[in-house]
Amino acid sequence: MMHSRFGLAKAARAALVAAGVLAAAQAAPVAAQSTLKVVVHADLKILDPVWTTAFISNRHGLLIYDTLFALNSKLEPMPQMVGKHTVSDDGLVYTFTLRPGLKFHDGAPVTSTDVVASWNRWNKRDPMGQRLASFTSSLEVVDASTFRLTLKEKYGLVLETLGKSTGNLFIMPERVAKTDSGQQIKEYVGSGPFIFEQSEWRPGNKVVYRKNPDYVPRSDPTDAMAGAKIAKVDRVEWLYIPDHNTSLSALQAGEVDYFEAPPLDFIPILERNPRIKVIDIEPLGLQGILRPNHLYPPFNHPKARQALLYMVKQEDYMRAVVGNPKLYKKFCGAFFLCGSDNETSVGSEPLQKQDFEKAKALMKEAGYNGEKIVVLQPTDRAQYNAMTMVTIQTLRKAGLNVDVQAMDWGTVLSRRANRGNPYESGYHLFHTTHGGPGTANPVSNTWFNSRCEKANPGWACDMELDKMVEDWSRETDRTKRKAILERIQTRAYETVPYVPIGQYTQPIAVRSNIEGVLVTNVPVYWNIEKK
Amino acid sequence: MWGYLIRRILAVIPVMTVVAVVVFLILHLNPDDPAAIIAGDQATAADIENIRRQLGLDRPVYIQFFEWVARLVRGDLGSSIFLERPVLHLILERVEPTLALAISTTIFSVVLALPLGVLAAWKAGSWIDQAIMAVAVLAFSFPVFLIGYGLVQGLALEWDLLPVQGFVSITEDPSRFLAHLVLPTIALGLVYTALLARMTRSTMLEILNEDYIRTARAKGLANPRVLLIHALKNAAVPIVTTIGVGIALLIGGVVVTESVFAIPGVGRLTIDAVLHRDYPVIQGVILVVSGFYVLINLLIDLTYTVFDPRIRY
Repeated sequence: MMHSRFGLAKAARAALVAAGVLAAAQAAPVAAQSTLKVVVHADLKILDPVWTTAFISNRHGLLIYDTLFALNSKLEPMPQMVGKHTVSDDGLVYTFTLRPGLKFHDGAPVTSTDVVASWNRWNKRDPMGQRLASFTSSLEVVDASTFRLTLKEKYGLVLETLGKSTGNLFIMPERVAKTDSGQQIKEYVGSGPFIFEQSEWRPGNKVVYRKNPDYVPRSDPTDAMAGAKIAKVDRVEWLYIPDHNTSLSALQAGEVDYFEAPPLDFIPILERNPRIKVIDIEPLGLQGILRPNHLYPPFNHPKARQALLYMVKQEDYMRAVVGNPKLYKKFCGAFFLCGSDNETSVGSEPLQKQDFEKAKALMKEAGYNGEKIVVLQPTDRAQYNAMTMVTIQTLRKAGLNVDVQAMDWGTVLSRRANRGNPYESGYHLFHTTHGGPGTANPVSNTWFNSRCEKANPGWACDMELDKMVEDWSRETDRTKRKAILERIQTRAYETVPYVPIGQYTQPIAVRSNIEGVLVTNVPVYWNIEKK
Repeated sequence: MWGYLIRRILAVIPVMTVVAVVVFLILHLNPDDPAAIIAGDQATAADIENIRRQLGLDRPVYIQFFEWVARLVRGDLGSSIFLERPVLHLILERVEPTLALAISTTIFSVVLALPLGVLAAWKAGSWIDQAIMAVAVLAFSFPVFLIGYGLVQGLALEWDLLPVQGFVSITEDPSRFLAHLVLPTIALGLVYTALLARMTRSTMLEILNEDYIRTARAKGLANPRVLLIHALKNAAVPIVTTIGVGIALLIGGVVVTESVFAIPGVGRLTIDAVLHRDYPVIQGVILVVSGFYVLINLLIDLTYTVFDPRIRY
């Protein structure tokens, strides 16, 4: 049987060789030895990583732009473009000097003027940038390579803000950074380790980056996002393959090298393949969240939101969403992620043990009387869909009258931003995820932001909690900060901006000849080589 | 003939107007919000509102409609609200893969289906006929994505004969262009082959029972001549219609095949635009594809005169 099968394969191969098809098909990967082909999680549509919060645009930014600071493996901000910096004794004046030899892709040197212009655009859009701006007295150019930040009062997160790994302060040439923060930039010139090949960009298909030959990496060793960024492949090609099965087949066949977000149920298949490595690049991972709409009954009442805590059993969610126990934590009660500096389980008791009776009592106290609870279900997002299915079942067990509204993710995004009545254009509950260092910090955790109408959809509203977060951001003493953080979390478990439904990781998969993948929480492509 | 042609071309105007109005209203009267999608998952309400304002989506629908029509009249389909690139440019970028797949699938289907259909009709009731029709039913019943995955598993992964996915332009490398077309052509072509073979068989059966066929046989003409010259030519009108409609459908985009084989064609452009609520792209693609349908139908009607001299316009 095997003999005839291979005989048939040989005959087919001969026919295709004769037709000139096979040789070409098989020659292609050889010609692309120093090209890293990556199946990315989404199609890159917006090239301005400051203008949008889309992850894919941020990853594009990480390739072509450089940052002043970057996080090392301990999540400490380390200088990246900055050569040296000093802080005045009163903690109000930060003076930064750029490393020598930094150049934009068009050959122009990177100067303080570029930095200040980029900073001033970014801090109009990024929430952490905005918060830093509120503490800023002035930001000025001292000379071509030196710039100075003067604060109105002490702020404990200056370097963390400049070095964070999402929503980064990307340094652009001044002429580009002068673009109104409400408009997208039109020129994509950075000073990062890769150059964007705009002429080869095919939206919906392929994005190409070329190694920047003029990039001067730091001399200190690579350490997560910090240290030397050395491009070890000539080209990085992002391929957008919408079908996960096709992505899997392409990786198995060696047509691509790197599968950025394989569905979690593919992991066992990938792990069994000796030509493929599964790597966890997210030590912090993702946090699934159940977000109530704080504007309308019953979840405008804190008791109803607390009731959700008693309904949720994280392990049920993780089993449905992830399956493989190696990839999730059985329980994590920390709003700011387990494994981070800000991990604490203070206040998380309601989430630790499912108690439907308590939940029912709290719902009653909140004035719930059997009204429909509108739950948005994105059927085209496997993980969110699984979370929603568990929520539906859980709410029904708790005696709630659930109105499931199934839709695609695009509709969920539109709908959840609608502040209207849940029975007309709004909703009561939806799921999303967030993760990485941004989630691990009360200031940058955007779903934790409880600034009412300025908060993310769901509009968590607790100015007392926001005040605590501000106090935390001001504090520079680590011990005092820890104490404030515990008070923040205690308060959060009372007012419940969202319910953490579990923490899990999303590994990547690469061909076995790929070396040097960095554990960075966000995929980056420097330091990677094809052996 | 010329009068007919001019009348048909003029008829395009009301058709396209209706399409334009309906498409615009369907898209803009639903509550979806592209600004929320553009802003990203972590965006605040203020971010979304700003983007909505910048895109002009906060203005009354009728103003947006008239602006769009005014641009359309000047031949401007507008720009993608995500990519900020002209819609026409985006469509033209996607035409090559779609055209290539449509042409290869049509050739594959016609070359296979016509002989099989004629053979089945000629041997009607025999095991050959039954075998051909059984295979046709099977091919027609299997979903394209299942055939696609099967082909990838067998020919690309097990036997390593062909690439799994992607598209290479003919101008870049003709051999790789062909290699990347083989699997999607077979996956998509099997369904069309089955459809066309069944259509050919049924039409041929009808024709083969006509008196003039009996006369031709009585005159002692050889079977191939009877089948191919006398019968097939007269069966051509419904077959050509099926082929033509098939081409139009293929050009309109074959979303599943393009997704399974990661071919960046018009189908994927459309579905992607729909998922992202990229209104100008959706409107532009639908208009262009509708125009193409109208054109194909006109061409089909004109080809009738070649196969049936009784048809005159």
